[in-house]
Amino acid sequence: MATTGEASGPAAEMRKVFTRSPLLGSDTHSLCPGCGEPNAIRVLMETIEEMGERGNTVCVLGIGCYTAFGALMQIDCQQAMHGRAPAQATGVKRVLPDRLVFTLQGDGDMVTEGLQEIVHAAARGERFTAICLNNAAFGETGGHMTATTVLGQRTKSTLGGRDAGRHGHPIKLPEMLAGLDGVAYVARGTVHTPVGVKKTKKLFRAALETQRLGLGFSLVEVVTMCPTGWFVSAAEGPRFQEEKLLPVFPVGELKRPRDLRV
Amino acid sequence: MAKSVGTVVIEVDACKGCELCIPVCPPGVLSMSPSVNAIGFRYPILRDGCTGCELCAEICPDYCFEVFRAAPSRASAEVTA
Repeated sequence: MATTGEASGPAAEMRKVFTRSPLLGSDTHSLCPGCGEPNAIRVLMETIEEMGERGNTVCVLGIGCYTAFGALMQIDCQQAMHGRAPAQATGVKRVLPDRLVFTLQGDGDMVTEGLQEIVHAAARGERFTAICLNNAAFGETGGHMTATTVLGQRTKSTLGGRDAGRHGHPIKLPEMLAGLDGVAYVARGTVHTPVGVKKTKKLFRAALETQRLGLGFSLVEVVTMCPTGWFVSAAEGPRFQEEKLLPVFPVGELKRPRDLRV
Repeated sequence: MAKSVGTVVIEVDACKGCELCIPVCPPGVLSMSPSVNAIGFRYPILRDGCTGCELCAEICPDYCFEVFRAAPSRASAEVTA
């Protein structure tokens, strides 16, 4: 069932200006209402298509809600063990250096389970792109605290809010990796507003071009809504993200190669 | 009644009722339906006045929107020139 503003469908003089990327297939996905991850993945697929890399891209998936997109994305995908996607992507990129290789991970996978893998891959200057969908919670396994959960944030395992004295401070991975010499491009985006989604697409393009030019390791962290894990309604997700998460995780480019033109 | 220079086609049964599209619509022509779709969620319905700006499609996590915009007609182009 589909509806339009006009009972007979769009008038003949109207031209289609936006449609779903063919790289996303045609199936629906199983992620929660108001989740931010599908927005990030959509613009990532659009970027790959616009770069003409559709048949030349390998995605290494971590473990998280976004793993379900392995069935939707019309590109080659590999499944890594929890947190180990950067090690696996290292292997793929070294064996197939002409492919565009990226990891798709969450904060739970990349920052909590697999921090060692991502830090060493970055320090080695591995020429793949790491993408971290940061929703400050373990979404898939029930909404408990991750290393990026912000202070005061309620999760299933910090019901009174994350406390610095008991649970430590959130890890800001882009800021941490930007100081390493092997790292060429680091940025953080957001998908809680349409403008944020458009800007995130540009960050993906810059990171993937950095890889295509062989300039070194690239990372884009995207702050994504998780209303289920934040105990708010789907419609409240963007406001919660703006007020609680973005002050801790400011959006923008942290490191950029001088030779990059996009 | 506002003139529509754009429109959207909404894949109603893919909608999970998150309502993210409602506040981002600049002309405010989207509102949630009183009825529910096949999977039990309310979904957005469009009134006249759509500009085809694509912001609903940018924020929709369930890829429900296709956006259409009126191509500038020859007559209006001549007037502008």
